[in-house]
Amino acid sequence: MNRSLYAGRKIRNGIFLSLSVFAALFGLVWLALILGDLCYNGFGSINLKLFTEMTPPPAAEGGLANAIFGSVVMSAIAVVAGTPIGLLAGTYLAEYGRHSRLAFIVRFINDILLSAPSIVTGLFIYEFVVVAMGHFSGWAGAAALTVIVIPVVVRTTENMLLLVPNGLREAAAALGAPRSTVIRIVTWRAARAGIVTGVLLAIARISGETAPLLFTSLGNNFWSHDLNAPIASLPYVIFEYAMSADEGWHKLAWAGAFLITATVLTLSIVARVLESSKRS
Amino acid sequence: MDAAVQSKAKVDIKNLSFYYGAAKALKDISLPLLDRQVTAFIGPSGCGKSTLLRVLNRIYELYPRQRAEGEVILDGENILNSGVDINLLRSRVGMVFQKPTPFPMTIYDNIAFGIKLYERMPRSELDGRIESALQRAALWTEVKDKLRDSGLSLSGGQQQRLCIARTVATKPEIILLDEPCSALDPISTAKIEELIDELSAEYTIVIVTHNMQQASRASDYTAFMYLGELVEYGPTERIFTAPDNKRTEQYITGRFG
Repeated sequence: MNRSLYAGRKIRNGIFLSLSVFAALFGLVWLALILGDLCYNGFGSINLKLFTEMTPPPAAEGGLANAIFGSVVMSAIAVVAGTPIGLLAGTYLAEYGRHSRLAFIVRFINDILLSAPSIVTGLFIYEFVVVAMGHFSGWAGAAALTVIVIPVVVRTTENMLLLVPNGLREAAAALGAPRSTVIRIVTWRAARAGIVTGVLLAIARISGETAPLLFTSLGNNFWSHDLNAPIASLPYVIFEYAMSADEGWHKLAWAGAFLITATVLTLSIVARVLESSKRS
Repeated sequence: MDAAVQSKAKVDIKNLSFYYGAAKALKDISLPLLDRQVTAFIGPSGCGKSTLLRVLNRIYELYPRQRAEGEVILDGENILNSGVDINLLRSRVGMVFQKPTPFPMTIYDNIAFGIKLYERMPRSELDGRIESALQRAALWTEVKDKLRDSGLSLSGGQQQRLCIARTVATKPEIILLDEPCSALDPISTAKIEELIDELSAEYTIVIVTHNMQQASRASDYTAFMYLGELVEYGPTERIFTAPDNKRTEQYITGRFG
């Protein structure tokens, strides 16, 4: 055995390991700082009023009830509208189209949509919905969020279905099951945890989006459940209040940011748990 | 063997060729599959045994660029005709695969799935059908107390017997077995071979195998294939004791393949 060769390799391994560990810690430190800062500033501002009172004028007390409501409603509509479209499109790509030209084009466009800046989505909806309706509205905000949900669900659905072994499809088809039955009863079921994860990730993605809401749902300082009118949302309130000079508004912005982060974190954890339960 | 002599062809394969894209995988194959007999396809890897089996229920059509030419006559009808209802065909020609493929659902639902595709029946009758299918597959005593457990919770050998039960439950006329024991230990293999023997009283069975002993033990007729061609076909006893073809003899005695 060549001792110097082995010693050299050991040193190189040590250097490589240290660099990797350092890079990992460096990345984690910033994440921890962001989370810590958010908890420090946000957690103290969490109280019952947040959920019962409306966004206040400057130098007054208030809460985020209207913004929380608006965000939840618009996100819910986006998920309810976007999930079936994304699920069916992803199913087409993985089960029916797969190698066809149409599937290739759809997949390509979906990838572009997936990485398109969300402000572009907002502008698009502004032009086609807000201008057409003549005013900002909750529907327009929900539409913009839907456009963001769809490509996420398409992509995860396709990927999860592609992981289902062909043997399972063959086995179901060999019993005489038509294609649609094979998909509904066997492949969807085999990929269910992954598909649900995709939907949860889509919710996480849209719950923090501000840009697409700026010129669609706008904002509203009063309680409104009229989706034909401008409606408040958490990201929009954070954007507005964080830029102001008012101390009370700052606190509300921190509280809103904390709420969104906690929601996204919870959803991500649920998604991970679902995914790991699928593997076992 | 007397019964074998009297038996008529359930399936008649005539001048069958098969293509994966431009590659010809089966060359002008002709042979009968006799009614309620076990026919074994043997031959080295890549010789076309599985391909031939996959033509018999047209499962190859799940994939693009695969096509068959020639005739496969099942009870007087050419199943390769475009007018044939492919799902009905597959309900008549069941298939068990090399790797066990339980569906991600309960043991009960795994079997109910196939039955419910073509039949409507009251719950009590369905329960009975499922029990008898599991009994036929020699799995009933092992799973009768956990029918609501996932099919994935069973061992490999049990999963394969579940797949056989699932196929038997739909009452097909023909059962295709594509190396059903290659992933199993000797005890599970013995159980499945016993099962094949019992099932052959009612069903026409075709089995692809790499295991010479299995072919000689379990089948009535054997077809030896090589490079996409049918080299020799005949009663298993004769193929294994006095083959006409030199290649067949070399293969079954383990001198090539």
